[in-house]
Amino acid sequence: MRFDSLIDSVGRTPLVGLPRLSPSQDVRIWAKLEDRNPTGSIKDRPALWMIEQAEKDGLLRPGCTILEPTSGNTGISLAMSARLKGYRLICVMPENTSEERRQLLRMWGAEIVSSPAAGGSNEAVRVAKGMAAENPDWVMLYQYGNPANWRSHYETTGPEIMEDLPSVTHFVAGLGTTGTLMGVGRFLRERVPGVRIVAAEPRYGELVYGLRNVDEGFIPELYDPDVLTTRFSVSSGDALRRTRELLSTEGIFAGVSTGAALHGALGMAAKALKEGERADIVFVVADGGWKYLSTGAYEGTLDEAEERLEGQLWA
Amino acid sequence: MAIEVRIPTILRTFTEGAKAVDAKGATLEELIGDLDSRHPGLKDRLVDKGALRRFVNVYLNDEDVRFLGGLETPVADGDTVTVLPAVAGGSR
Repeated sequence: MRFDSLIDSVGRTPLVGLPRLSPSQDVRIWAKLEDRNPTGSIKDRPALWMIEQAEKDGLLRPGCTILEPTSGNTGISLAMSARLKGYRLICVMPENTSEERRQLLRMWGAEIVSSPAAGGSNEAVRVAKGMAAENPDWVMLYQYGNPANWRSHYETTGPEIMEDLPSVTHFVAGLGTTGTLMGVGRFLRERVPGVRIVAAEPRYGELVYGLRNVDEGFIPELYDPDVLTTRFSVSSGDALRRTRELLSTEGIFAGVSTGAALHGALGMAAKALKEGERADIVFVVADGGWKYLSTGAYEGTLDEAEERLEGQLWA
Repeated sequence: MAIEVRIPTILRTFTEGAKAVDAKGATLEELIGDLDSRHPGLKDRLVDKGALRRFVNVYLNDEDVRFLGGLETPVADGDTVTVLPAVAGGSR
């Protein structure tokens, strides 16, 4: 495949079957390998669409400053596009996100502002909104509320799945900004009667949980629960276990949030098997495992890895 | 028929500190009733006027019961029910 530039190569990712993890010939699980995007995550899609929409709307001109609350991947994607298109980028991220992410952001020339770990992503959003109010000439693309986020999946990710697997019955993805689920979910619902749209959200340790209560009630503006069929809450332990299972049985080296999506996919697969229904379940591999090596997610026993992951944001 | 119910820290005063307890029932409602018979007061913390309390999330095998059938959700031997306090985006 040939492209005019790196930006033009976003999307068109492989959809691969998981013959060992699929429970039967009639209940099959498929992985959408979003780590094959230019900067290694699904966020290349919404980042590019948000920037190009802002350009069309006349908000962004060369030399402009972009500000974004991000726990990493969106920032990395924006940093790549910003570098190629000539924008300055400032990312607000929780201080407990992995070191690799920070290094990657700096590599592509982004500036980083840390927000307190205690508030998680919610606090990063709050800090970024405050900075945006003080600097009216900066452009905050705001992935949690920018329709170009879900549109990117409605226009690209959804159609790719439909083209590669017209028999799709389930779509499973992590629930963060909700953009992937809203975009792919809406696209598939318009075309596949009875399709199940399944969210897998991280269930953090109780310490992080208790503290997150500070910001209780933050729901991304993009979120519409009617698009979803159901929602899984996945513990760090289960997410880790599934991430390792994906590596050991199917050879796919993915980030920890992918383990959560796989956990939801396997949950739906078990139900389909029990009901005697045919199923083609697509789940999203949001990124590769590279950026999580320092978290210790892949080393030692599961219990050790779970302990090391305690208090860290993995999705 | 035994179903494992995982209890959050905040409600462990009702279970003598136990992180998980066994309970019986064919639906979530029956299960909670059975729990309350051995851990009095627990039901009141989970259910209000015949529905799950707003700031409580209950998961059946990690799936949010609000998307399944609420208190009428069928449960079966070998299932795991997890109770958690609701946080950001935790309830519809």
